[in-house]
Amino acid sequence: MSLETEINFTLNGRPVTVRVPVAMKTLTMLREVLGLTGTKYACGEGECGACTVKVDGRTLNSCLMHAVDCDGRELVTIEGLKSPAGMNPTQKAFVDHGAVQCGFCMPGMIIQADYLTDDDPQLTREQAQRGLEGNLCRCTGYTKVLDAVEAAVEAKRCGR
Amino acid sequence: MQEIKSYLAPRSLDEAVKAMAAGDVTVFCGGTDLTPQTDSGAKRYGATLMNIRRIEGLSGIAEAGDSIRIGAATTVTEVRRDPLIARAAPILAEAAEHFASDQIRNAASLGGNICNASPAGDMINPLLVLDAAVELASWADGALRTRSVPLENFFTGPRRHVKRPDELLTAIVFRKPATDFVGWFRKSGPRPALEISTVSVGIGGNLSDGVFRNVRVAMGSVAPTPLRAHGVEAALEGRPLDADSIRAAVAAADADATPIDDVRASAWYRKHLVKVFTEEVLNHVLGN
Repeated sequence: MSLETEINFTLNGRPVTVRVPVAMKTLTMLREVLGLTGTKYACGEGECGACTVKVDGRTLNSCLMHAVDCDGRELVTIEGLKSPAGMNPTQKAFVDHGAVQCGFCMPGMIIQADYLTDDDPQLTREQAQRGLEGNLCRCTGYTKVLDAVEAAVEAKRCGR
Repeated sequence: MQEIKSYLAPRSLDEAVKAMAAGDVTVFCGGTDLTPQTDSGAKRYGATLMNIRRIEGLSGIAEAGDSIRIGAATTVTEVRRDPLIARAAPILAEAAEHFASDQIRNAASLGGNICNASPAGDMINPLLVLDAAVELASWADGALRTRSVPLENFFTGPRRHVKRPDELLTAIVFRKPATDFVGWFRKSGPRPALEISTVSVGIGGNLSDGVFRNVRVAMGSVAPTPLRAHGVEAALEGRPLDADSIRAAVAAADADATPIDDVRASAWYRKHLVKVFTEEVLNHVLGN
């Protein structure tokens, strides 16, 4: 039986207390312990970005992060972007621009795009390209993703 | 999987090094190197798993006299965005710029990149050019002990270094380069992002009246450890930086590099790249 520890953190705006094995990854905790399956497992080694989540305002690969390191921190997953008012501007831009093909990379892609557009309201297409370097789309549908990111920048500017 | 007996997330350095003195501790910070290595079985967990990200004072970038001190837990993103680094050590910001991906930069720590001791560690190269030293802390005879080791003497082989298992790397320190310091870093891989460098070259020194002095050259992925290329340094030291000295430096780069064939590139290709990059970096330095 592997060692477990109790951690407390904020998940999509709500406080969570959970017991996890100390070597468990954040991605496994989200999917298998907390039942939030929006965040995807793909490469499992930080190459593809499908598991991207926001931790304390910055994005990282949840497959590489120990779940115990969530203690005391603030996590946002794809499930946390939507508000009662509907999709957030980044999600809406992705839908409006048909940026989704098979969809598997989308939760990670949208979290990363949302982070980039929050982080830099003047984000250019070229900067978006660099910022999304850690997110792979095996359908290779990058053009519409970049169109969507540009639209999200615009939507957030108007919404401010 | 190895049985982990205890998990620690200390707030103080004393607490951390006391635990390390007890032995068999696996340290993690961002986890970006540890996770793939433990998942693949290349590395086993020790009896204690210790998260050092919460230790007070272990992250941050500050001026200390004529030096710059970077806490070991400082992320690559923090280095990449820091105004002091951009102003005083742009070669380090340049390496951070091309390090892995945004998500990895947000998690990976500078200390972790050094302790992983890969010959391809991208932050190591510019730190060698800056002649950085690392601070190692330990607990002995009831007190906190620290020692400083020049980064050049830190690595002993692939994934091997002089840090003892009871020591924690706490900071990276280098002297603020003088105003006539020029330097650049260049890496390569088949992709622009998330690439373990096939070859990297960093060169820096003081350039005044056209003469290059205190030249330091670092090469990645061409030897068992990150390499100070002393032959290239000798070819450039005290000479005018011009076509002749650049030609001599390129020839010396060929002699300094002792790469191997592996899954990422052949030794022949690496030899070729190291020469091309030496020339490119020097021309870049000259052009600025």
